[in-house]
Amino acid sequence: MKMTARFLARLTRHPADNRVHWLAWLLLGLLLAILPWLVSAGFGNTWLRILNFALLYVMLALGLNIVVGFAGLLDMGYIAFYAVGAYLWALLASPQFGLHWPLWAILPLGAGVAGLFGVLLGAPTLKLRGDYLAIVTLGFGEIIRIFLNNLNAPINITNGPQGISAIDPVHIGSLSLARPIDLGFVQVPSLVSYYYLFLIAALAIIGIAIRLERSRVGRAWAAIREDEVAAKACGINTRNVKLLAFAMGATFGGVAGGLFAGFQQFVSPESFGLLESVMVLCMVVLGGMGHIPGVIFGALLLTILPEFFRHIAGPVQQSLFGTVLIDPENLRMLLFGLSLVLVMRYRPSGLWPSPQRRREIEDVQRADAPADVPVSPM
Amino acid sequence: MNSVLLRADNISKSFGGVQALKDVSLTLNKGEVYGLIGPNGAGKTTFFNCLTGLYVPDSGQFTFGDTPLISHAPDKTVRQGIARTFQNIRLFANMTALENVMVGRHARLRSNIVSDILRTPFNRREEQATEDMALQLLHYVGISARAHDLAKHLSYGDQRRLEIARALATNPRLLCLDEPAAGMNANETAGLRQLIEAIRADGISILLIEHDVQLVMGLCDRIAVLDYGELICEDVPAIVQQHPRVIEAYLGSGAHA
Repeated sequence: MKMTARFLARLTRHPADNRVHWLAWLLLGLLLAILPWLVSAGFGNTWLRILNFALLYVMLALGLNIVVGFAGLLDMGYIAFYAVGAYLWALLASPQFGLHWPLWAILPLGAGVAGLFGVLLGAPTLKLRGDYLAIVTLGFGEIIRIFLNNLNAPINITNGPQGISAIDPVHIGSLSLARPIDLGFVQVPSLVSYYYLFLIAALAIIGIAIRLERSRVGRAWAAIREDEVAAKACGINTRNVKLLAFAMGATFGGVAGGLFAGFQQFVSPESFGLLESVMVLCMVVLGGMGHIPGVIFGALLLTILPEFFRHIAGPVQQSLFGTVLIDPENLRMLLFGLSLVLVMRYRPSGLWPSPQRRREIEDVQRADAPADVPVSPM
Repeated sequence: MNSVLLRADNISKSFGGVQALKDVSLTLNKGEVYGLIGPNGAGKTTFFNCLTGLYVPDSGQFTFGDTPLISHAPDKTVRQGIARTFQNIRLFANMTALENVMVGRHARLRSNIVSDILRTPFNRREEQATEDMALQLLHYVGISARAHDLAKHLSYGDQRRLEIARALATNPRLLCLDEPAAGMNANETAGLRQLIEAIRADGISILLIEHDVQLVMGLCDRIAVLDYGELICEDVPAIVQQHPRVIEAYLGSGAHA
């Protein structure tokens, strides 16, 4: 743990040295390309599935990062946009209404509709900040979930708590990702094709997030986060710029939701509870709010860690005590919670904060610490 | 020369039972440095906030150039050419000095979220031009060496200068400075005075709230005095200094006799 932290610190300490050699990028690309094959060969398909979900969470976390990290608006109902994207796909590509739209039509539409919902959520919350904003967005998230749960009467739209099943898998032309694809020299299993699709989507979202951060609108978001009154005095139309943050963040959620529905081929309101919103928020905060690499890292870690605990909780107890004392399912959440507490205690700015944000936290700590106490080497 | 840039007609504003501004009318000419003074709580900052759209006046109307200002639209006010600084410095503390000035450019830029994402050639050119311009402005106010430092790590005087650079980035015709010399030592105040002179020489009119009497008297072409929300005098410094109501407001009613 400490080693990792030190390694990450070294990576980020000198911004001037950050020009990563193209060779490093090439190696990273190669690794990402062969990763699904390695994972499925080494750990089996369960872990490949987890990897795919990790990519979906990367998209979600980056979307929420725009709202929370860039613009500083605490959104506790973010998962609603994931739900909107997922249900839109489910309704337009399943026997529910007998519609079977293709990927290139639903995905942009899902992004757009989710963005629209982002504006709908944003509009009534424009004057709110901090705690109050969190409560309203939390309510919004629940409203969407409850709607999905109850829109089976009088007209059955969402099929209620049973959810929508038999959703079309993602297909590109006549090529369905649900079946292995024969490339002649190699058979690409379904999970691997989904991995590549999600990777492309995640990379696109990362690219967009990076460009937005260093742009006119990205600066305006940061200005609102820092001081809203001063932002207004700089000629920023804070209403529009905030709505843009909500819409943009929601768009990422909508894309991830659509891909999720096509991947799972089943959606139900259960998948979009408050805990999911909290989880995505944890990824953003724990990784390093506002820092794109940190947020990606947080999303990967928080998807993989609970699964890791799930897999070791039973066997480790078995070997230590000869019997399973605590239900692995409970133990894993306990360990997970504990690790969250520890991270926030010892790395309050997140595991991989932007160099700037880390300096802020260090400034605060330095101001708190008594000046004349000698610093011990450890 | 004496064409009117800003005209305030009967501006009133009250908070609860307190009448912060009572029918304040004044006119500011093009190219002027115009002082707004008065004892604490006289309504100077309230006047600023009404002018820049942060407050909506209860009644009255501002006219800037030939167009009426829209109340409660700070961003539109900036677009029309009025920029301001704050009495208690309000910088974007965790952004660099350069970024602070670039934010000030916001209203004058034309790229939108789509061109930001696509990084169109137009967008690249505009970003580069913005950065160049921001650097120039930092140089202009004399803090270009601190361009890449976080705003909060700048010294107090530099923060004041940065706030002025940020306001200048909006391309104002009128720059409103709210107590820019507050907390400055004599040296810093002298530097500030030079800076304000330079800004005036560049053709930007200045509305100045200030407590430093020497600075105000030396710098301003005309001065308006507020007391308990009322305008008691508007004239050139020499006359304002002698005005009985001004002396009364500052020193109490027995002082003049």
